[in-house]
Amino acid sequence: MTSATAASLRARSESAGRRARGRRDLFRHLALGAFVLLMLYPLIWMIVSALKPDHLILTETGLIPSEITFDNFAEGWNALNRPFTVFFLNSLLVTVGSIAGNLFSCALTAFALARLEFRMRRVYLGITLASVMLPMHVLVIPQYIFFSQLDLVNTYYPLLIPKFLATDAFFVYLMVQFIRTIPRDLDRAAWIDGAGPFRTFWYVILPLMRPALVTTTIFTFIWTWNDFFVPLIYLTSPKMFTVPVALNSMVDSESQSGVGMLFAMSLVSLLPVLIFFAVAQKQLIRGIATTGLK
Amino acid sequence: MSRPHRQGAAAHVFLIPWWLGLVLVTAVPMLASLYLAFTDYNILSTPEFNGLANFERMFQDGYFWAAVRVTLVYVAISIPLQLGFALLLALILDRGLRGLAFYRSAFYLPSLLGTSVAVAILWRQIFGDDGLVDRALSVFGLELGSWLQNPSLSLSTLIVLNVWTFGSPMVIFLAGLRQIPEELYEAAKVDGAGVVRQFTRVTIPLLTPIIFFNLILQTIGAFQTFTQAHVVSGGTGGPANSTLFYTLYIYQQGFTNFDMGYASALAWVLMAAIGLVTAVHFVLSKYWVFYGDD
Repeated sequence: MTSATAASLRARSESAGRRARGRRDLFRHLALGAFVLLMLYPLIWMIVSALKPDHLILTETGLIPSEITFDNFAEGWNALNRPFTVFFLNSLLVTVGSIAGNLFSCALTAFALARLEFRMRRVYLGITLASVMLPMHVLVIPQYIFFSQLDLVNTYYPLLIPKFLATDAFFVYLMVQFIRTIPRDLDRAAWIDGAGPFRTFWYVILPLMRPALVTTTIFTFIWTWNDFFVPLIYLTSPKMFTVPVALNSMVDSESQSGVGMLFAMSLVSLLPVLIFFAVAQKQLIRGIATTGLK
Repeated sequence: MSRPHRQGAAAHVFLIPWWLGLVLVTAVPMLASLYLAFTDYNILSTPEFNGLANFERMFQDGYFWAAVRVTLVYVAISIPLQLGFALLLALILDRGLRGLAFYRSAFYLPSLLGTSVAVAILWRQIFGDDGLVDRALSVFGLELGSWLQNPSLSLSTLIVLNVWTFGSPMVIFLAGLRQIPEELYEAAKVDGAGVVRQFTRVTIPLLTPIIFFNLILQTIGAFQTFTQAHVVSGGTGGPANSTLFYTLYIYQQGFTNFDMGYASALAWVLMAAIGLVTAVHFVLSKYWVFYGDD
């Protein structure tokens, strides 16, 4: 056999292999695509239903509405005795406050635990790790009693104060891990130049921690925006409600408000999270992959 | 002043928020809640020590046992299914498929939204009377009516919801699969291992630490399910206590009945249960989790 025919035989079998792989991939894409559609069907159905008049929502299961209306949004926005604008602003306040609190307190803590030499450092690190696993339900009752004795129930302080005290141990851990990847030489150089721990933190470490700070911001945003348990306990008057608590109170009065409004407001409540996801997808996925955050 | 000394002093400044958090938000409430677990306390009067009465009451309390059963069934069924889907999809997506980023995001989306009030509301409609599922099944002649009104079906709607959020463990699996060195597959091929043996002898053993990690994380999370159960059942845990999740029962006792002593005792039982399950997982992990050659 000449080398030319051998080469052409090899080329032919390779292209046959490629074709087989191409077919397999096509099959995989079809199966995966169908599965994606099935997974996302509930969400798509929610979007479509929000755009339908009430009487069509439960009678049409398909995805193409025969009639489109924006009334659900307009009516739903004002379905409770104050407009959703109020609840959105409340949620925004709590979310932005929580992000600020977590960034501030977790970065300070993580720097000390990752970089400074002091006795008990390992013990502190251990406590931080252990508290990641602590179920909040054990703490919530005494915390509630504490805040109610300070007359702070129905304010945002019980939601925000813990964030400024580095209690989201997940993020401390995430930042410690990140700081450890920053070369120590940078600290030493800063120290030789006469910078103390505070200046080293502020001018050297903090700017380099940006990816960890971004991840913390994204997850704090999503968790706080979706959080229901804590606001449900502390926020008792409707004018203080965050969006999830307001939505929940809409369910209670479902008989009066229509299903369409419920869908429309549910959809609107998810929009900030969806927009955040669209913008920060890459960092978010990397964040979960490296730390296991949900 | 010497460097470590100065650092020690600085560390204490950096750790001020963490210290305050540890004492005020974690340690003191934990101790307080431990004390309250042995008292009768309705928040208005002073706590009255009543020994083991709260724990004896649990044994007599039908709701407590219902809550234990619901939560255990939920964890035992939804976690294996959720992780199974996560692993299967991760394996399908791992093998150099184009469009990975799209599929990953699409499958992750439910995890992002799964604990929100909005999705719980959506679930009410999907499984409700004349909902999406009811209509789809009636095509096949199955008339089940509302799943949420049916005590033998209502819990399964929440299990489906948890399985639906398989995206976040899937992302972690994908990251784990990428860590497996290609050489190991090459070596296995040289030794004559086919696809199946490569999977059982290389992929799975090297992935066991990630499986274990996901198992612990998702189990701890599932024990604390609250929002979905609260919204889907309108806060009642009904019908017939079939969605009375443990945390929902704590909430009812603590914040509806203001029986804070009993609620604290319930919370500590939850904490002990989570600790026990986690410890058992760690012990069992010696038999199946593979941590490199040593």
